[in-house]
Amino acid sequence: MPTLRDVQNRIKSVKSTRRITSAMEMVAAAKLRRAQQSVEQARPYAIKMEEMLSNLAAGSTGEIIHPYFEEREIKKKTLVMVSSDRGFCGGFNSNIIRQAIHWLSENKDIETELVIVGKKGNGFFKRRQFSIAEYYGDWGGSLDYDKAKTLVNFLTTRFVLGKTDEISLLYTRFVSMAKFQPTLEKYLPIVPPEKNDESKSGGTADYIFEPNAERIYEALMPGYATTKMVTALTDSFASEHGSRMIAMNAATKNAGEMIDGLTLDYNKARQAQITKELLEVVSGAEALKG
Amino acid sequence: MFLLSIVTPEKIFFEAEIKSLVVPGTEGYLGVLSNHAPLITALIPGRIEFRDADNTINLMAVSGGFLEVSNNKASILAEAVERADEIDIERAQVAYEREKNRLVSAGKAETDIDLPSIREAIERARNRIRVYKEGHK
Repeated sequence: MPTLRDVQNRIKSVKSTRRITSAMEMVAAAKLRRAQQSVEQARPYAIKMEEMLSNLAAGSTGEIIHPYFEEREIKKKTLVMVSSDRGFCGGFNSNIIRQAIHWLSENKDIETELVIVGKKGNGFFKRRQFSIAEYYGDWGGSLDYDKAKTLVNFLTTRFVLGKTDEISLLYTRFVSMAKFQPTLEKYLPIVPPEKNDESKSGGTADYIFEPNAERIYEALMPGYATTKMVTALTDSFASEHGSRMIAMNAATKNAGEMIDGLTLDYNKARQAQITKELLEVVSGAEALKG
Repeated sequence: MFLLSIVTPEKIFFEAEIKSLVVPGTEGYLGVLSNHAPLITALIPGRIEFRDADNTINLMAVSGGFLEVSNNKASILAEAVERADEIDIERAQVAYEREKNRLVSAGKAETDIDLPSIREAIERARNRIRVYKEGHK
């Protein structure tokens, strides 16, 4: 039977933990709101870009020639894994890591390498014998456009120089406030958009290209690659904050339940002690009466 | 009248019916009026000028991007767009000086500094200063 003081100390410590988790929940909620906003605001640009690319493909005659479309025999694959820098976000990182391991085991017959975004993923894979080509950490839970560009530059140069033949992107898609979906997407080579696709904005219009389709591809593709990466990163950040909010909400509730239980224990122990003292007094008095 | 939408990675910057549009294409400035033939072109740093429904002329600085015209709809995709009267001229000037110094020191040091990207940054800063001055005549 724990003493009164023990129970009291436990209650105090659980209470301070609850204060921390509920503060973290509130911070995550605020960050989530902002991240969600940036996900939504970035969407029109990404959609428009996709549309323009498919119009470009639909309107241009002949083969699309751009290094990002080049399909080679696959000797080496790269996986970009987007994890978080900080923990306390429930199953967020373990889900992503599980998917990454699955990918690695599926591709164990060929050479593979990892490019890791986020401290947590790096911490996991650093200790194991996987080849990590590059690591980008310290994002602070929000998008750093220049850093994203550096990452894209690294990947595209690596692909164009033939150091890898296929790059996939593993990140957590922000489906809704309560649904975060680990998603695996092909990043490079880019799958050329459907040629005979009757584009939404104008059917099979006869486009004029200034100066010509090739030059526009040249200008458009780096931006397209960046946009795709930025979309994945913003989604992942929003999911991270969402997961943290949910995890911390659960932790706060659990702490509350624990405090209730402990308070009951404390009251029981207190009453037991009072009863014991009363009994002692009464029996003492009885004894004196003789 | 046709619909113009200017979209940046951060947000939809502008969307409304307008009367005419002039943009900096890679081959030089080009104008767009209603019922323009379908067109896709890349843009270089320069100014976007358009006449809106009330015949007011709007002036903006663009950092480069793309223009697509089809079915009386013009869309501009750009990494950065600023209205002439919202350009932070001091910041633009500071950026211009900084990049210019980088170019000078890069010439001396002969290290592997990314010259094209410095030139582009200079071009962008110069463009913003130019558009600002045009908007404040």
